Amino acid sequence: MKIVVTVKLVPDPNAEKKIDPTTKRLVRAGVETVLNPYDEYALEAALQLKERVGGDSTVTVFTMGPEALKETLRKALAMGADAAVMLSDAALEGSDVWATAHAMAAGLKKVGFDLLLVGGLTDDGSTGVVPGALAEHLGLALVTNARKIEVGSGSLAIERETDTGYQQVNVGLPAVLTTALTFGEPRYASLKGIMGAKKKPIEVLALADLGLGEAAGGAGSKTELLSFAPPPARGKGQVVEAADGASGAHAIFEFLRAKKLV
Amino acid sequence: MNAAMVGAPDARDFLGIEALLGEEERMIRGVVRDWVRGRVLPEIAQWFERGILPRELAAEIGGLGLFGMHLHGYGCAGTSATAYGVACMELEAGDAGIRSLVSVQGSLAMYAIYRWGSEEQKQAWLPAMARGEAIGCFGLTEPDFGSNPAGMRTTARRVGSDWAIDGTKMWITNGSIAAIAVVWAQTDAGIRGFLVPTTTKGFRAHDIERKLSLRASVTSELILDDCRVPADAVLPEARGLGGPLACLNEARFGIVWGAMGSARSCYETALEYATTRVQFDRPIAGFQLTQEKLVNMLLELNKGTLLAWHLGRMKDAGKLHGAHVSFGKLNNVRAALAIAREARTILGANGVTLEYPVIRHANNLESVLTYEGTSEMHTLILGKAITGLDAFG
Ligand SMILES: Cc1cc2nc3c(=O)[nH]c(=O)nc-3n(C[C@H](O)[C@H](O)[C@H](O)COP(=O)(O)OP(=O)(O)OC[C@H]3O[C@@H](n4cnc5c(N)ncnc54)[C@H](O)[C@@H]3O)c2cc1C
Repeated sequence: MKIVVTVKLVPDPNAEKKIDPTTKRLVRAGVETVLNPYDEYALEAALQLKERVGGDSTVTVFTMGPEALKETLRKALAMGADAAVMLSDAALEGSDVWATAHAMAAGLKKVGFDLLLVGGLTDDGSTGVVPGALAEHLGLALVTNARKIEVGSGSLAIERETDTGYQQVNVGLPAVLTTALTFGEPRYASLKGIMGAKKKPIEVLALADLGLGEAAGGAGSKTELLSFAPPPARGKGQVVEAADGASGAHAIFEFLRAKKLV
Repeated sequence: MNAAMVGAPDARDFLGIEALLGEEERMIRGVVRDWVRGRVLPEIAQWFERGILPRELAAEIGGLGLFGMHLHGYGCAGTSATAYGVACMELEAGDAGIRSLVSVQGSLAMYAIYRWGSEEQKQAWLPAMARGEAIGCFGLTEPDFGSNPAGMRTTARRVGSDWAIDGTKMWITNGSIAAIAVVWAQTDAGIRGFLVPTTTKGFRAHDIERKLSLRASVTSELILDDCRVPADAVLPEARGLGGPLACLNEARFGIVWGAMGSARSCYETALEYATTRVQFDRPIAGFQLTQEKLVNMLLELNKGTLLAWHLGRMKDAGKLHGAHVSFGKLNNVRAALAIAREARTILGANGVTLEYPVIRHANNLESVLTYEGTSEMHTLILGKAITGLDAFG
């Protein structure tokens, strides 16, 4: 089974986010680039699936982003992915969700896959729309929030997590999945994995390789970011002064009860 | 480039040393740092306080591939020496006890087998040690012979084709958790090294209690009482004190880096604390006296890290002499201790609790100053290197 996982290279989620007022984009300078955390979970799910299915299964990671971030992508190879594909083109800058999905879908078609795993959300953009848009562009079924994946012949039996429980869904391959965070913490890259990663291929695709041009980047986008604002500063918290631990606990309990949280 | 275009230096990497590392070295640093952050930092104060080192850490560290990481083959990752140093720095930014586990396993026990062992010995032990399934220890020091191991009293004598080892080894890291002990002993043909499985009859190890430094590390006494090992237990290639000293040089190289890990943790803790702790209506970082402390720390931390990097590159180029390692160990442990001490003052009373890492590092560094050659020994090594005169005896 050929599994492809999309990964986005995002600024370190632990770093303070700043937006450049002129480009209206996240400032990346001085901030470490990492694999989008949700995508790391998807990659973990993919690697587990590969280990289970065995045979000649492979995991390929696919990203759209500047070639300068290759080093971050190599971390996915060090974790155990077999190959990586980068869609890199200056013309892709400023792509909105539609343009991103449009270009990525073309790249993914070229790469080919049986199963496409997509993280549910990116830490920087946080739209959560790309998985759906990708499935639409690819003309494939999308199953979101998969928490358990069983492989049948030509199809998958999936448990998808819902707010109240789970649903059992069967889907034919190829298909697009987003994963829940139930596959365990993403593994650490081992040192052997790191040493081996440089021997694994990273293929770089440009728009010309996909026969795309006009409908890319800001030019191909259907939305425009007009303005942005930082979240309103948080008001002062409520300070509970209590004589002792017991009355403090009581005050906190009353507060939670008033909010119907307990 | 126009000077105005150069960005302000990063307080956490003032000289941009990160950029001097290769891609693999940076990735390895990232993995070890993540592991330390996720696995060590949340619990280390408790381990230190209780004086324990959870056994399962060895398998985890083995899974990451850190044991013997710069050795080649036998299940080892085969990284650069610089990468090994970088890993030591990250581990010790967690705790010198964890770094010691890795140093002793990789640079003392595994390296002894790798450098001086037979092919059979390498096959038998190195892969399991790389995985962390078999822990090794290195028995050189004795109760009466520390800085002067040449006088050791432990003996190995031939009994038929076997060897019988008698003696006591003291202060042996990993001693009681080890599956295999590398034991150095006097023989008719001078000092030789022996691989002693710790299940061998006549071998005992018990832990040294009441240790107030390097508490998250196992330190033991080894007693060998007519301990019989077969002829092929001797490390064939090691003769004389050069055998153990070659191993010590490997481990010392890691300490050159490791000490800067402790120092970095202290500096970063002090910097953060000083900018948030308010006295006399302003952050204490705003006082000139505090700034001088922080800047002293900044200077020594960055110089020491650059030195470690330089020695790493020399080692990778095959140009590192033992005296260079002494230079690094002497300077960097001394610098780290000074940094830890100054950091501790910045934290005031908080500086003496395990809520912050500083006093723990300061305490650990007392061991680091002493083991792998005391600061005095390294001074004498360097003194001899530049004067040609031996001032040891
Ligand atoms: C936590 C810990 C872990 C250790 N782990 C190991 C291990 O795994 N394996 C192992 O073999 N050993 C280990 N050691 C032992 C360590 O290497 C020795 O403690 C060290 O070599 C010093 O020996 P000593 O303690 O006997 O001190 P001594 O040699 O007795 O020295 C005492 C003092 O005298 C000074 N001194 C000695 N000779 C001279 C001289 N000629 N001129 C000036 N000053 C001198 C020393 O520098 C020191 O300050 C460990 C020690 C510690 C504390």
